[in-house]
Amino acid sequence: MNAPNHNPPPAVGAGLPHESAHLHVSGRATYVDDIPVPAGTLHAALGLSNIAHGRIKTLDLSAVRAAPGVRAVITADDIPGINDCGPVKHDDPILCDGEILFHGQPLFAVAADSYELARKAARLARIEVMPLPALLTAEAAAEAESWVLPPVEVSRGDAVAALEAAPHRLRGEVQLGGQEHFYLEGQIACAIPLEDDTMRVLTSTQHPTEMQHMVAHALGWRMHQVTAECRRMGGGFGGKESQSAQIACIAAVLARLSGRAVKLRLDRDDDMRITGKRHDFHIEYDVGFDDAGRIAGLKLLLASRCGFSADLSGPVNDRAIFHADNAYYLDAVSILSLRGRTHTVSNTAFRGFGGPQGMFAIETVIDDIARHLGRDPLAVRQANFYGDSAGSERNVTHYGMKVEDNVIQPLVAQLATDARYAERRAAIDAFNAASPLLKKGLALTPVKFGISFTATFYNQAGALVHVYNDGTVLVSHGGTEMGQGLYTKVRQIVAQEFGLPIDDVRLSSTDTSRVPNTSATAASSGTDLNGKAAQAACQAIRRRIAGFVAEQLGVSDDTVVFAAGMVSAPGFDAPFASVVADAYRARVQLWDAGFYKTPKIHYDPVTMQGRPFYYFSYGAALAEVAIDTLTGENRVLRVDILHDVGRSINPAIDIGQIEGGFIQGMGWLTTEELVYQPDGPQAGRLATHAPSTYKIPAVSDLPPVFNVRLFDNANVEDSIHRSKAVGEPPLMLAFSVFFALRDAVAAALGPGARPQLDAPATPEAILRALHGGRL
Amino acid sequence: MSERPIQFYFRGEIRQIADAPPTRTVLQFLREDAHATGTKEGCAEGDCGACTVVIGENVGSELQLRAVNACIQFLPTLDGKALFTVEDLAGINGLGITGLLHPVQQALVDTHASQCGFCTPGFAMSLFALYENNPECPDRAAVCDALSGNLCRCTGYRPIVDAVPAAYEQPRVGLDRPAILAALAPLAVLPPLDYRAASQRFLAPRSLPELAEARLAAPDARLLAGGTDIGLWVTKQLRELGDLIYAGAVPELRAIRTDADGLFIGAGASLTDAFDALSAFEPAWTELARRFASTPVRNAGTLGGNVANGSPIGDSMPGLIAMGTQIVLQRGERVRQLPLEDFYLAYQKTALEAGEFVQALHIPPQPAERRFRTWKISKRVDQDISAVCGAFALSVVDGVVTEARIAFGGVAATPQRARTTEKFLTGKLWGQTTVDTAADVLANEYTPLDDMRASATYRRQVAGGLLHRFWLEGTAGTAPTCLAELEVLP
Repeated sequence: MNAPNHNPPPAVGAGLPHESAHLHVSGRATYVDDIPVPAGTLHAALGLSNIAHGRIKTLDLSAVRAAPGVRAVITADDIPGINDCGPVKHDDPILCDGEILFHGQPLFAVAADSYELARKAARLARIEVMPLPALLTAEAAAEAESWVLPPVEVSRGDAVAALEAAPHRLRGEVQLGGQEHFYLEGQIACAIPLEDDTMRVLTSTQHPTEMQHMVAHALGWRMHQVTAECRRMGGGFGGKESQSAQIACIAAVLARLSGRAVKLRLDRDDDMRITGKRHDFHIEYDVGFDDAGRIAGLKLLLASRCGFSADLSGPVNDRAIFHADNAYYLDAVSILSLRGRTHTVSNTAFRGFGGPQGMFAIETVIDDIARHLGRDPLAVRQANFYGDSAGSERNVTHYGMKVEDNVIQPLVAQLATDARYAERRAAIDAFNAASPLLKKGLALTPVKFGISFTATFYNQAGALVHVYNDGTVLVSHGGTEMGQGLYTKVRQIVAQEFGLPIDDVRLSSTDTSRVPNTSATAASSGTDLNGKAAQAACQAIRRRIAGFVAEQLGVSDDTVVFAAGMVSAPGFDAPFASVVADAYRARVQLWDAGFYKTPKIHYDPVTMQGRPFYYFSYGAALAEVAIDTLTGENRVLRVDILHDVGRSINPAIDIGQIEGGFIQGMGWLTTEELVYQPDGPQAGRLATHAPSTYKIPAVSDLPPVFNVRLFDNANVEDSIHRSKAVGEPPLMLAFSVFFALRDAVAAALGPGARPQLDAPATPEAILRALHGGRL
Repeated sequence: MSERPIQFYFRGEIRQIADAPPTRTVLQFLREDAHATGTKEGCAEGDCGACTVVIGENVGSELQLRAVNACIQFLPTLDGKALFTVEDLAGINGLGITGLLHPVQQALVDTHASQCGFCTPGFAMSLFALYENNPECPDRAAVCDALSGNLCRCTGYRPIVDAVPAAYEQPRVGLDRPAILAALAPLAVLPPLDYRAASQRFLAPRSLPELAEARLAAPDARLLAGGTDIGLWVTKQLRELGDLIYAGAVPELRAIRTDADGLFIGAGASLTDAFDALSAFEPAWTELARRFASTPVRNAGTLGGNVANGSPIGDSMPGLIAMGTQIVLQRGERVRQLPLEDFYLAYQKTALEAGEFVQALHIPPQPAERRFRTWKISKRVDQDISAVCGAFALSVVDGVVTEARIAFGGVAATPQRARTTEKFLTGKLWGQTTVDTAADVLANEYTPLDDMRASATYRRQVAGGLLHRFWLEGTAGTAPTCLAELEVLP
């Protein structure tokens, strides 16, 4: 044990390193594939379909079974429980049940003595399929009225009348591509059979309880027979919220049937082919506005490609609707959301969860308005911002929630001043006038993002805090660590409650046998929920210790202070460890559970009206880019960000989330292109199924000037230490890059041009836009 | 039976391997056999860098340290070399004993450069190689070069880049190079590796005549150089490769020299060394060299391998063809030369005869009046495969094009010269009108494919665009033509 440090800085608010940083850099942080396995552990691999839609006529696995080292082979028929791993609607077969629904769908699984033998065996199946027609795009699904869930329409006022009465009117459409998560650690689970029909599943997941639940269903068991555990993920980004279930279930079924531990680790190419991605959208708009560019009426179509099953597509598309305003007041508005069922992989949660797609739509509308009017896009954005929270009438969202914490005007004004928007706008105009080949562009875009799960019941969390009798603390909670720094922040919160140095507090893995019924670590809510739950547990323990000390001293409980590793009261000052040791001997309970549920939130899922969000996070980014008009190649030259994280619990981690989210968003909108084979016998095959063909940002994509600052703004709501969620909102700061590219294209095309630039803005997409939308 | 086991320096001693299949990768060895799980698998194709390790080798009595991807490096290629992984770093200078991290590791902690941490060991190893190879803190461009093969999905790279100066602010530590060289010395005098396991042979000749003889004796054996493509046949296609002849232990093949006859690059020279020589010979190679694959792939891969592989999207060939490169082929004792463009017969079909191998590339001296450029166009700057890679070598005398050599990759089944455009240009006045028409000729000269990298239309359009760029570079006056050179004001 470390000696108590008598002068530690306050834990909350300090830019402490990630609690596992020293392990990350030395290779000692263990991920699921690094954990030593029991003797005799088998390794699994999957057999995948090579057609987008069809019916299996023959699935001959005799060669697979006969292959060297093979110990077990399963199809859908071998699943003892329910062949489903769908998180909401039960339409997600673990293994294909006869009808192939997408190219790459797992048909069978094999467990063998080694990873290599399993993969080799999995390729020996003889499969005959009767092909069926396949729907591959959101538009094709919409035309065929093929839905995973029924269309949803949300409106306020009379959009049609407002459109007709408006002085100006524009129509447009744009394609917005999907995104592969590309967590560096692929999907993996290791299922270990234990005594008396129980199973322990080590899983790389954002949602251990869901894994427990799904594995129990697949095995035909009840939840108390399964424990799911995750110490850390090598990245999640939403891709391990529901998508980890199929992997865990297959490993568990193989483990149960073979009686041996089974590890299923997906090869990268298989991972990219099998697992869902960010939804791509087809967007159409019809907008009416005044001379200042202020929107009077808007009709918006948001058609998404959901893939073969519902997965989380319902709430993802709902969030697209909720965020179709971004930071703008929409008076008369009508939004139609289509959830297309296609014969492609089932699209899923991805950082932002539909919000980015809705926000992209309105940003396109605003940009087009500005170009049509010949006004600066920033001025048009500002003209449409929500009004001040106090007094203004322009402060109620289209889903009926009053915006009570709006800071977008001062935040944007501060960024525009600090980063010299006007001066640089003039400099870029001058540059472009003198540069026929290369063109620069500039854009300042805002972010307003709603915090809370829209499924209200998800907004709860539990924690279990143990104070051991030597004064050290072990914390369990329901949140999972995927790199976002949740464990670090909870550690700080707990250290703060007890006034302990950070080293005296450790976090244990997230384990369904310690904290039950957890929500997914998602919706940016990890710290808000689990931090509060852990704090509640600490406060209960602290109250007991304070009561014990106060009783001995004959003072009141509230005079007992926990700080700097000491417990103090009038005339009393002792190390936390010795007080705790005394309390233990006096039979004081030194551990407790904490629980938290987010207050104030409610909404009607039928009318989609109410207060789905506890509060909003805000931010803005200014990007400067350049394009080459001969090739469409481009470069981000400079980025300035000002972002609202409330009162930061850990500024270093928050800045890391902002920078990382921004770059990830930039990748989505520029280099990351998912290409599915459009036709032919391999129609629907993902052509970009590896990092050789799917290009996430690399180091040279880091803008040479990248200024990131936190906006000083305590949360008006009673969040944990008045902080704000930070996981998702910064992703949308990357709109600044896309709209700066659009600005550069517009500069090349000349006044009044509305570039037809689709996302991702690859060099080809930019060249196409430079040629009026087609090459 | 093997003559002797594979032997390499690992964890302070010589490790002997006698039973691993020749295509076992270094990563499989580390994770599954040595139970050293610090090195991660992110993609198993050399594109993400989570598996980055550093290989040490005695080159000219110095210890050369280079980062490579363990996932596509076959274990027998380590024979005679030293392997360093993330677990080794804290042990350097006894740091591990005191509980301290290596300066690059400590800097990564201090700059908050890890989030999920899965890519971090790979970054640490790329930075370790950079640190060991640079006594002074390298500039940002060199840092980005060193990290071009490492993907991070969490941080956005800024703190990782910042970790480099932070590492140099700490007291310097270093590998005990003499001790490692001494440990490697006995391995250099062992007989050439002739390794057999799992009914597969891995033969590593140590001289050109030995290689020529081995190749002639086993024309069906697979010739292995850097393995940056062949590695994927194993990890992704699960192919059985049969017997392997390894070209990497032949010193003559790694030789590079420049003399009055031009530049000679041995087929086994690493892409790193080859591009250094090419860029010194013709500075217009610099940008392409930097964007060719990534540092670990250039460290492992060879120029001869890139050329012999004959992929239509190989990035070295258009420039080499435009410069009039001859490919030197050897079969037994017979050595012949061909213009590089004549080496490619059809898609993945070359003029290589059974028992023959690529010995060297010979780039002739360039005429003074010739202007040369080569560019690649891809979605991403670092480590991407070209949609189009083009090269232009034009001689203009008194305003008239006297010679044009234009070659492209990514637009046909093989790297190809644009002979119609060359013919069109030759004898014409070098001016806007000529360029406009020539760009159209060029755009229509090829019938490229539509695929996930680009459409055929884009590729044609860009081919013409690059000719425009070539023209504008010489005439645009002060207007900028190069994105990479745009100034950025803080």
